[in-house]
Amino acid sequence: MRRILIALTYLVFIVLLIIPLFKIGTGAWQEGLDGLIHAITRPEAVHALMMTAWIVVVVTMLNTIFGVMLAMYLVRGTWMGSRLKQFLNSIVDLPFAVSPVIGGLMIVLILGPSTTIGAFFESIGFKIVYAFPGMVLATLFVTFPLMVREVMPVLQEVGTQQEEAASTLGAYGWTTFWKVTWPLIRFGVIYGVVLTIARSLGEFGAVLVVSGNVMNKTQTATTLVYQDVENFNVVSANGVALVLAVFSVLLLLFMEWAKRRRGVH
Amino acid sequence: MNGILRHKGWSWGFRSTVMLYFIVLIALPIIGVYTKSFSLGWSAFADSVSDPLAWKSILLTLKLSLIATAINILIGTMIAWVLNRYKFIGRTFLNSLVDLPFALPTAVGGLMILLLLGPNSWVGNLAAQLGLQIVFHEPAIVIAMVFVTFPFVIRAIQPLLEELDKSEEEAAYLLGASKFHVFRRVILPSILPGVLSGAMLAFSRALAEFGAVVLVAGNIPGKTLIASVYIFGEVESDNPQGAAAVSILLLSLSFLILWLVNWVQMRRHAK
Amino acid sequence: MHIEVSGLNKHFGQFHAVKDVSFSIEKGHLIGLLGPSGGGKTSILRMLAGLESPDSGDILFHGRRVNDLPPQERGIGFVFQNYALFKHMTVYDNIAFGLKIKKQSKQQIKARVMELVELTGLSGFEHRYPHQLSGGQRQRVAFARALAPEPQLLLLDEPFAAIDAKIRQELRTWLRDLIERVGITSIFVTHDQDEAIEVADEIMIISQGRVEQKGTPWDIYKAPQTPFVASFIGESSIVDNISELKGFEDAAHWPSTRALIRPEYIEIGSRHEFPIASATEQGRIKHIHFRGSEWMVEVVVGKHTLITYRSLEKEVLHPGDEIYVLIHRAYLFNDHDSWMMENRLKVDPMPVHI
Repeated sequence: MRRILIALTYLVFIVLLIIPLFKIGTGAWQEGLDGLIHAITRPEAVHALMMTAWIVVVVTMLNTIFGVMLAMYLVRGTWMGSRLKQFLNSIVDLPFAVSPVIGGLMIVLILGPSTTIGAFFESIGFKIVYAFPGMVLATLFVTFPLMVREVMPVLQEVGTQQEEAASTLGAYGWTTFWKVTWPLIRFGVIYGVVLTIARSLGEFGAVLVVSGNVMNKTQTATTLVYQDVENFNVVSANGVALVLAVFSVLLLLFMEWAKRRRGVH
Repeated sequence: MNGILRHKGWSWGFRSTVMLYFIVLIALPIIGVYTKSFSLGWSAFADSVSDPLAWKSILLTLKLSLIATAINILIGTMIAWVLNRYKFIGRTFLNSLVDLPFALPTAVGGLMILLLLGPNSWVGNLAAQLGLQIVFHEPAIVIAMVFVTFPFVIRAIQPLLEELDKSEEEAAYLLGASKFHVFRRVILPSILPGVLSGAMLAFSRALAEFGAVVLVAGNIPGKTLIASVYIFGEVESDNPQGAAAVSILLLSLSFLILWLVNWVQMRRHAK
Repeated sequence: MHIEVSGLNKHFGQFHAVKDVSFSIEKGHLIGLLGPSGGGKTSILRMLAGLESPDSGDILFHGRRVNDLPPQERGIGFVFQNYALFKHMTVYDNIAFGLKIKKQSKQQIKARVMELVELTGLSGFEHRYPHQLSGGQRQRVAFARALAPEPQLLLLDEPFAAIDAKIRQELRTWLRDLIERVGITSIFVTHDQDEAIEVADEIMIISQGRVEQKGTPWDIYKAPQTPFVASFIGESSIVDNISELKGFEDAAHWPSTRALIRPEYIEIGSRHEFPIASATEQGRIKHIHFRGSEWMVEVVVGKHTLITYRSLEKEVLHPGDEIYVLIHRAYLFNDHDSWMMENRLKVDPMPVHI
């Protein structure tokens, strides 16, 4: 029984995860090194990868700052009633339940050029939908729960006593946060950052709807892969996909490391 | 410096900023999509939803998500069990690999499936000779869904298996229970909440999945067009109201599931 | 630091945790807040520290109202129940934390930390992390950390609760000596009466959010002012109808009054051991328990079971033995009042005129 189960487990992993991952690697080499280099140095590929990089950077920064603060408020904030806290706590998860396409649609519906808000911003020369800000917003929406949900349990677990101890020793909020709270939640936050990067790197549906997928303008790495496939340009798609996959695997390794460190502390 | 930071205005400002961000980013869009779908009145909403292509896409999504979830429950429970209970070579490696679908962009996942099972691959050829159609048909969609939701069930069961008191099992063995009996009567009931919440998360993710599916589904209206792809199509063809109408059906379903998951977990913590 | 507290109240939701508490504490004293768990002791301590704010009432340090001062500016040291050591800092950094906040120079910090490390017997452990220390050592670190910024008031929340019974005794004595040497006003919370009696100069008994009594351990033991204090401190037997016992017949004047009798109020022995045999009555031994330094004896008199002690030097008793019992005094209490009643026959041995 034991052997059969282990064999079956290996089978599932190999068929479902390992072979496909391997295939991306080999697929990109189908036309040799030149083909791969060409696939990822095409102007549109370079532009798309840069676009993705910018989205990852901006989204990760915003999501980390707001996510950590919201987690602190939801766990520690005494200024809001417990009812409100419960309510806010339950809507944090909403983006998990929303299809990314719908997430993108929402932003188009509210901020699109034909809406009042969208038109207003456009008139002052600030394009949101079908431009970088909209793509960042869509990705922020999708990644929102990741940081909050990583940090909240850690905050709950470490409790408030060490912070109280710091305050009786004369430390104010800011000092207490950096000297006491931060070292305690650090690995939770790092883990949340890794998840946010992974998700914003790979976000596709929401960004596709919001960006309009205009080559060399609003195209990201994932939407480029999609377009290449639609154009039957599989080798080029493979090249870009390989770059993304390598990043994902690196993130996965880092995630394992962070998990282990978090376990220690 | 500290004096300025200690001022009450700061914390008030921080709070309002964070709350505003929260509301604008999460609550507003959701309210927006609900209002938009009724913006042209009830009849327009009813028209959009009763479009056969629309409800067929929703039914198809439900059906395939259920199949994918069932598969996930089976293999997920097995894998969680094997990874927790057996020591074998490569265990830690496999355990880390579980999260791969979370880390990998879904579009890349779709592409992988396309490459493996597509018309020019040997699996695709083999299947074609046998008269089976995988890519651009339902099986490919199910495979894409299983791939994307793979970690949910496993990650939901693992902590419960770890918590499980070994002495409970041992007590059952001492009372003369068989291995199968112990699994069914002792272990299964304790991991069931994990299976349930993992399955519901997987189901709601499968309902919502777009990236992996859109590449492999072929998207033939009425046949392999799932709901999120349908919505995307409506957006592209400049019918935001129709897109919103189908969206809120899907959304309401997802919220219901999310609420159920929370409820299951609350009951577990209450115990 | 002289501390004055008046009319302190605190609610947690519907729960009235601290009810109209007032007291004052002399500079340099070591005070124990004693009472059952959940009685509001910790809340009082936290309000003194500024970690909770009172709903009403005043807290004065040196005659200055500190209600609105945040904990950072109260100049107190606080030792938490589970020590709340900074997990990610070494012993040295933990102790130095408060000094760094004060922006002292590196040399000053080093000198002060080493002084405290020496004082608390932690030499050689400066570079360990809290998880590498024993419970007793952690407690010492918490203590040194609280003392480092030279606070004027030291607050300790159940300082020995998380420590093995064996080392607890040793630590108590150590703490007492140390506080004496440092000369700092200190308040500690405990639910263990032995601890309070042994360590504190003065005890405040707290129950259900109220101060029941404040005084030296001896005063409280000798003259409890409320039934709660009488039953909480020391061992005792409660007797519902004491007028049934010899020498206390007068108690019948006060219906629904109950009595509390401490073991040392009761003497047992054979008839010839008592000079005034008429004050004694007969009882029967129910159980005897060996207590290490004495016997604890359960004796049945009429319908009542009383407990008392007996020296190991005396003849060993057995369950079932008939014995004479003399009750010297009892502590009587009812809903309105409480007082001490002496055995009538013992005070007035030869009622000549009858």
